[in-house]
Amino acid sequence: MVRYILNKFIFMFLSLFLLITATFALMNAVPGSPLQSEKATTEQIQQNMKEYYGLDKPVIVQYGVYLKKLAHFDLGISMKKRFQSVNKAITRSFGYSFRLGIVSIITSVVAGCVLGIIAALYHRKFLDNLAMILAVLGLAVPSVVLAPLLQYLFSVKVRWFPVTGLTHPIDYVLPTIALSSVSIAFIARLIRSSMIESLNAEYIKTAKSKGLAGHVIVWKHALRNSILPVVTYLGYLIANVITGSVIIEQIFGIPGMGQFFVSCVIDRDYPMIMGTTIFYAVLLVASRFLADIIYVLVDPRMRASAGKAVK
Amino acid sequence: MKMKKILTTALTVSLVGISLAACNSKGSDEGSSSPSASSPSSSASASSAAPEQSKEFRFALVEPPTLDPSLLKDAQSIIVDYGLFEGLTRLSADGEPQPAVAEKWDISEDGKTYTFHLRKDMKWSNGDPVTAHDFEFAWKRTLAKDTASDYAYFLFYLENGEEYNAGNATADQVGVKALDDYTLEAKLTKATPYFISLVAHNSYYPENQKVVEAKPDWASEADTIVTNGPFLLKKWEHNSNIVMEKNPNYYDKDKVHFTKVSVSLLEEDSTIYNLYQTDKIDWIGAQAGSIPSDHIPQMLKDGTAKVEPIAGTYYYEFNTTKKPFSNIKIRKAFSMAINRQAIIDNVTKGHQQPAFALVPPKIAGVDGKKFRELYPDNGFFTENVDEAKKLLAEGLQEEGLSKMPEFTLLYNTNEGHKAIAEAIADMWRKNLGVQVKVTNQEWGTFLNTRSAQQYDVARAGWGADFNHAINFTYDLIHSKSGNNDGKYSNAQVDKLLDDSLNAASEKDRLDKIAQAEKIAMADEMAELPIYYYTAVTTLKPGFTGVQSDYAGNLYWVFGDKQ
Repeated sequence: MVRYILNKFIFMFLSLFLLITATFALMNAVPGSPLQSEKATTEQIQQNMKEYYGLDKPVIVQYGVYLKKLAHFDLGISMKKRFQSVNKAITRSFGYSFRLGIVSIITSVVAGCVLGIIAALYHRKFLDNLAMILAVLGLAVPSVVLAPLLQYLFSVKVRWFPVTGLTHPIDYVLPTIALSSVSIAFIARLIRSSMIESLNAEYIKTAKSKGLAGHVIVWKHALRNSILPVVTYLGYLIANVITGSVIIEQIFGIPGMGQFFVSCVIDRDYPMIMGTTIFYAVLLVASRFLADIIYVLVDPRMRASAGKAVK
Repeated sequence: MKMKKILTTALTVSLVGISLAACNSKGSDEGSSSPSASSPSSSASASSAAPEQSKEFRFALVEPPTLDPSLLKDAQSIIVDYGLFEGLTRLSADGEPQPAVAEKWDISEDGKTYTFHLRKDMKWSNGDPVTAHDFEFAWKRTLAKDTASDYAYFLFYLENGEEYNAGNATADQVGVKALDDYTLEAKLTKATPYFISLVAHNSYYPENQKVVEAKPDWASEADTIVTNGPFLLKKWEHNSNIVMEKNPNYYDKDKVHFTKVSVSLLEEDSTIYNLYQTDKIDWIGAQAGSIPSDHIPQMLKDGTAKVEPIAGTYYYEFNTTKKPFSNIKIRKAFSMAINRQAIIDNVTKGHQQPAFALVPPKIAGVDGKKFRELYPDNGFFTENVDEAKKLLAEGLQEEGLSKMPEFTLLYNTNEGHKAIAEAIADMWRKNLGVQVKVTNQEWGTFLNTRSAQQYDVARAGWGADFNHAINFTYDLIHSKSGNNDGKYSNAQVDKLLDDSLNAASEKDRLDKIAQAEKIAMADEMAELPIYYYTAVTTLKPGFTGVQSDYAGNLYWVFGDKQ
């Protein structure tokens, strides 16, 4: 078990390092420069700015300098927003994305499980079909359509919810729906298929024949087994959702960090590109790492094998 | 169908109930560490405590990258700093310079030395008096090599400005000096008649030395910024909102009517439009959001939106370093073969004005007349397909070509630019029978490609930096200009433009500029002009004095609400 975790941990670091190197190389290979502007300045001004940001040095030196700073958890200073440290920009905006993300994950898991269980229990009946129609809709309608539609209907037409902001609980409603629709649908389908399988398994039949109550069977035995794929999916979902979505943040005017992923590339804001990528990658590998551990805890079979079988 | 809707609503409502319960418990756990958790209550109490006769103006902007006058370069930052800072002069909405911190000024005989007499009753927001030393400090800071400011070249008019920026002169040698606390002397390398307009630009704003030196990032937060303008920065929640309040110590406070200005920091135009629809903002347009194009025709029809011409030109650059667009006749043919009015009526729909030259009608001339009124562009060339065909045939013969080779029209990725490019390419195909490939590149790559002359024809746009025709001629057609990406070069044009800077009178100067523009455009078609920009804006009823300024930036500082 310890070795299993240690292995995963080392792998995690290695992949982070590779990712940092690849991002740094790619970023410098893309045409365009962080100092570009529509109106030409003089060569001297360009040179001054290069010196200011250390871009006058060879790329390999810049890379070394960057790694050194990174070792001290310093992500540098944004080139677009002068004097704004990347650390500060990320921590400031991450709070918003994180809060919305957590609400969305809880909504997704709860709603997805409920829909999935209903569908499985009423397999091939009306409720199953209804739940699956909802799931297909959730997967098929992208947030770029859903978010403006929700905003138009519920904020502009009937004015139940504010157009923008994320301060009051009511502000969360529309962004959460828009952000969760895909994952609700995905989880519902995962749960449904694995529930159907579980409900027909031998051990459920045993439980039934032992006279256990229906809800106990569903919640304690069948769901526990069926939730494993959801745990795996959550590993990706968490990192994805809590770092924010560009579309949803822009439409609902949420000052989260999703927007940075796009704007920093357009601006060629090197420190910001590196900072957001690393931050996202750390969250992603960390949550996958957690998912791996949770997997072992939830599934007794994994616990037995984890010690030996994993390379 | 209806049934499903009801079920969906019921389902979502219940889901949201669950998630909200979860969020509340989460919130109280983290309440102490997260600053935003405490903001609802504090902002609610602040707004209820506002005085009765408050006048609030609300608009939306993209987050300004910085408010530091020496460093800012975006329209968004400029719009906010209009309210926060004040330079020696301030431009009116029409771009005419008016006395501001400088009450009056003397100009030497040779036009090279300016002596500004500053008002003595102006204070910084921290209570310090605003003095000539604050200007001297700020100008030198913008110029300094290690400030690395984009706009340093705006101060190259000062003696030794360019040398100081390159590190080849000391700060003391720069041509700006505080003679005493309230007298500022500026020495210029050559007579610059528009210098009085230039000093209204943000790169010439004063800065409080004590504040800047104590905290280099002084201008990135509301609690550290120190300003001297009609408004004070009360709150800046990054990417969320900015709140400004009237400065009670501003010397001309009777002219300032808004007590509070709230800026929502947003990028998405459809969201900005929805905020306007739900009465959360009072204005859209002129760099403070733009009305989604599908709503423009209706809003213009019912009078809720209006069109204002602004000082900007939309044009295509010919790569004059490369065949076939090195040929004047071929350039002319392509410019004459398009129908500008049709593009405006059917594609852009913003009531722009067809352009036949470079200097837009909004740019000032002399004696109260606009430049274009004195030197109209309607005789420069006419749209004429037959003539264009003839010129193309002649041009191709001159170049020894049997037919026009296929070429590429390049634009930066954007739906609006795409529609225009497709329409123009279509006109070329139909009217001239040529083969055109229309391609786009993402902004950063596009700028690279264009400045490296790796294109045939490329989109370009130019907006005014200051209200003078030289800004649309020297910058675009002088062979030494870094913005002349088509590398158009004509010794006579260069000479006229160089001479215009040293001209004896303003009339003489404009004559030379107009002559240069005529040679470059009417005779040689250095660029392909398409239209002069307009701003489509909308304002809630009851407001006055809020408009687009001559350059197309929201001008709000002295607005009023009934």
